[in-house]
Amino acid sequence: MTWRRLFRPAAVALAAQPILSIVCGFAVAGLAVLASGADPVQAFSALFQGAFTNPRAFTETMIATLPYIFLGLAVALGFKAGLFNIGAEGQFYLGAVFGVFIGYSVQGLPGIVHVPLALLAGMLGGFLWAAIPGIIKARTGAHEVIITIMLNYVAFQLTDFLINNRGPLADKTSSAPRTPFIQHAAQLPILIPGTRLHAGLFVALVAIPVVWFLLSRTTVGFQIRTVGLNPSAARAAGISVGWTLVITMGISGALAGLAGADEVLGVSHFMPPSFSTGYGFDSIAVALLAKSNPWAILPAAFLFGAMRNGATFMQLQTQVSADLISIVQATVIIFIAAPAIIRWIFRLRHTPAAPVQLAKTDGGATI
Amino acid sequence: MIAALQSLHLTELGYLTLLAATPLTLAALGGLMCERSGVVNIALEGIMLTGAFVGYAAALATHNLWLGVLAAMLAGMAIAALHAALSISLLVDQIVSGTVINILAVGITGVYYRTYIQETSTVGPGILPTWHIPLLDRLPFLGQIFFQGQAITWAMLLLIVVVHVVLFHTVWGLRTRACGEHPLAADTVGINVYLVRYVNVIASGALAGLGGAYFSLQEIGNFLPNITGGRGFIALAAMIFGRWTPAGAFLASLLFAGADAVGARIQGFHNIPYQFLGMLPYVLTIVVVAGAMGRSIAPAAVGRPYKKQ
Amino acid sequence: MDLAIEWDQVHALLGENGAGKTTLMNVAYGLVRPDSGTILVDGNPVVIHGPQDAIRLGIGMVHQHFMLIPPLTVAENVILGHETVRAGGFVDQRAAEREVRDLSQRYGLEVDPRARIEGLPVGIQQRVEILKSLYRGARILILDEPTAVLTPQEVIGLFGILRNLAGEGSAIVFITHKLGEVMEVADTITVMRRGKVEATTRPSETNPAGLARLMVGRPVLLRVDKAPARPQRPVLELDHLVVHDDRRRVAVDGVALSVHAGEIVGIAGVEGNGQNELAEAIAGLRPDRGGRVLLDGQDVTRATTRHVLHGGLGFIPADRHRMGLVLEHSVSDNLVLSTFDRAPFARWIIRRFEAVLEYAQRLIKQFDIRAESPSQPAGSLSGGNQQKVVAARELGRQPRALLASQPTRGLDVGSIEFIHRQIVDQRDAGLAVLLISSELDEILSLADRVAVMYRGRIVAILEGDAIDRERIGLLMAGAA
Repeated sequence: MTWRRLFRPAAVALAAQPILSIVCGFAVAGLAVLASGADPVQAFSALFQGAFTNPRAFTETMIATLPYIFLGLAVALGFKAGLFNIGAEGQFYLGAVFGVFIGYSVQGLPGIVHVPLALLAGMLGGFLWAAIPGIIKARTGAHEVIITIMLNYVAFQLTDFLINNRGPLADKTSSAPRTPFIQHAAQLPILIPGTRLHAGLFVALVAIPVVWFLLSRTTVGFQIRTVGLNPSAARAAGISVGWTLVITMGISGALAGLAGADEVLGVSHFMPPSFSTGYGFDSIAVALLAKSNPWAILPAAFLFGAMRNGATFMQLQTQVSADLISIVQATVIIFIAAPAIIRWIFRLRHTPAAPVQLAKTDGGATI
Repeated sequence: MIAALQSLHLTELGYLTLLAATPLTLAALGGLMCERSGVVNIALEGIMLTGAFVGYAAALATHNLWLGVLAAMLAGMAIAALHAALSISLLVDQIVSGTVINILAVGITGVYYRTYIQETSTVGPGILPTWHIPLLDRLPFLGQIFFQGQAITWAMLLLIVVVHVVLFHTVWGLRTRACGEHPLAADTVGINVYLVRYVNVIASGALAGLGGAYFSLQEIGNFLPNITGGRGFIALAAMIFGRWTPAGAFLASLLFAGADAVGARIQGFHNIPYQFLGMLPYVLTIVVVAGAMGRSIAPAAVGRPYKKQ
Repeated sequence: MDLAIEWDQVHALLGENGAGKTTLMNVAYGLVRPDSGTILVDGNPVVIHGPQDAIRLGIGMVHQHFMLIPPLTVAENVILGHETVRAGGFVDQRAAEREVRDLSQRYGLEVDPRARIEGLPVGIQQRVEILKSLYRGARILILDEPTAVLTPQEVIGLFGILRNLAGEGSAIVFITHKLGEVMEVADTITVMRRGKVEATTRPSETNPAGLARLMVGRPVLLRVDKAPARPQRPVLELDHLVVHDDRRRVAVDGVALSVHAGEIVGIAGVEGNGQNELAEAIAGLRPDRGGRVLLDGQDVTRATTRHVLHGGLGFIPADRHRMGLVLEHSVSDNLVLSTFDRAPFARWIIRRFEAVLEYAQRLIKQFDIRAESPSQPAGSLSGGNQQKVVAARELGRQPRALLASQPTRGLDVGSIEFIHRQIVDQRDAGLAVLLISSELDEILSLADRVAVMYRGRIVAILEGDAIDRERIGLLMAGAA
């Protein structure tokens, strides 16, 4: 993609809608702040301050962006096959559990081996956890939304069991419920001394082109997209729809698991019983905002990383709840998914763009 | 496990099951009204959460629990109307729209909980009174389960019958089912598909909103962030397992609620890790949904937006 | 365009697929908004915003795809939208059933008001559709391709009903593309082509060849030219095949049939007699089956679709939008939909776009697909060109057997001729063809042998002089 292509009128028009949607999302959230009796200008400037205004804040924003990149890619990949993976949160947990286990239990490996091994373990954890709803959907037709949500709760309980109260992975020497710290060799190296920004950044930046390549240049990607667009035609052409659903969920889960492993290896270096507060759910919004385009995941994830990082500061400074960003997210998705509203507000010409569309399930939806 | 079960008081377990089934059944009834007309409603979770919050806040503000219940239903209707507008008029994918509602509900309840409740309130509004039906409540076993209950549980039992009658014996129900099965056919005989769907989606908001009020006004008399804990999704599973019928949804809700109640009671007795008991309703939901899928027939047009030419 | 319909008459609206007949009538019924122009009823201009208005004006429509709700009963379907209501909004079920019974007796449209639609044969469902219109007091009845799903005998019955209704003073509009039916039933014939009225005439003033010329705009061969078949060894053999439908009922009941290289075997039958299930079972899309399927001597009974396709079966599915194409994919991607992951179109898992493009360009030329470019989405092609893409994909793989299900449904005459030509040419080159079609004319003009399917069974296999329209019609109705 060259710069010239990026700035063609069509490309600008394509980007206009998401940008206007974000603007409207903040406007609505601002009204909500106003209604709660706080000052939206103050709130949003605190949000901005917390996200950007000093090098440390900026690197923290970058750190918060990383999980969103992996998870946004995970959800977007599911969308391409017509799958709605709401289970990224649970897969994130499982990835972290697998990653942290390899990270602390394996000893004596050099970093160059230990880190990839632990990351791969995280991917495996996410893959296995996500394959469950994939298999159930392929075999019974049960909608993945219910199954993945239920598996999230199961994953929370499972990690709680593993880590809390002298569970199998708990650090017996610690009074706080947590796993042992990972080996030094398993830590993702810090990139900028004095900050927490770690080498997981490179992993994320590689993941984007890999997913893009997978989807647009490989037979597997073609299969995924074909099943997403028309499962009946895919089946009639000899594509195994069931296998495609399982493998798509698996890869999606592997990306989510990578996010979890990346988080424990790069940031926390151990795992407490509850540790991701809603990364997985937010990433649905990331994927929708990026319209499932792997390249567009980067700016979308950055926006969400900044909001998440800034929101904590905002809540401290202005007493406006960090949950405000959920309102921003929800309204942004509304405007993205219903472009008619944006066109109406800004009196834009109608450019026929593909609407956000999910599974065209065989024989009708099943929920 | 068996020993633990035996040591439980069965009447108490039955009573707790009926209570836990109350919000599930209400949300499932809402879900099936909605889906029978052709609109998927995964927003039940968010609607319940909103209902729980608004009901509590209104009861707190007015010092009247009944106004709280009413407010919960109205809030449910309002947010369901948003789901209706997005999915029916703006043709947004119904799953996306439902997800939006769920995220929005977390945001709204979170923000206003912090400013209006966490910061200010000291004393809660209390909980709804318990009503006994004289004589019947003295019946052994059943009397203590079914004939002494709080308002929302009573309402739930009544609404099962009401929804059944509306759906299968009235003109409205006939038209609702027609829109859920074959909206174009309904349109060709002059039925306003949009109107039917809007009304049903909004009605589902009232039902799920009432289900939400159960948490804050009947069960604990307080509101906590994320108080619904995924019950909206379990209700959806109950609706599927109950084959989109009110009685079926109730029975399925009793099953899930039973798992919940057993889980909650057993943990005191045995050394099974409590997390596994906590998983029980969720695992059960997965098993049931996966198992029910092959056999249950969803309304044919559910999930598909209807677009006039 | 102008069109006048008179009372007491059966007015046929004749035109090939895509000529605008259905659109025109959807405008009259209020389902489609006209861009300009007026509609007059009894000389008065009327505005029809929706079906409600049309119903009020006494216009009723029997759609090609029935507008019936399968899980509801006949009575519920008839009254829907115009229910008899008791106090409290309750449906008066008994009154509804009584009324339906009265109506059906009066017009000789026998049907059980309590039966559920999903269990009724198509012919009866059509009666319910007509009853629906009559219940609403329709005096102008529009029927869109009403004979497509009927046996020849049922068609005669329907014509009787239509004559009857016209005799009682109704106006009947009969939309069709079948010349024979027009000559048989119509009082007045309007021929449409490309959205315009080409001519209005009467059966006594014209003949089928003349109508065909008006319809297509050029002389049309009413028969496909083909040499006698020279069958060789069997390629596709079905040995007591049993297949279940989606509800696990037996849909195909012990079908035994073999198709030889160099012949076309046609399966005739009213739709819904197991043809779809049969086709899907052969293509490996229905795992729930018994008996055996042999392809080129190999047992493929339990094989996956992929295995069957690569084992030498070409498959043109009945529903091209749902199963034949991915409309959003490009023409070239659709042309390799079943071979995209094989050499030369892929190396390991990497797709090779140059090879795909080259192949696509060749097929586009060979099959005369009118596309601006191979990267154009398939959905933007005309119906005929879309079907050519499917045919090109399946024949381009050089299969040994071709399973073609309703290969020309909904196409214009030019595309039909082209696809028929391709099938016959491939037969002459040694292809074994199993043709499934509910269009009897198609079977009669293409098939070398005809198997008639009724309720999941092959009730007769006819060849040579025994292939006779009347006899096949009776067999299709289960009457022989």
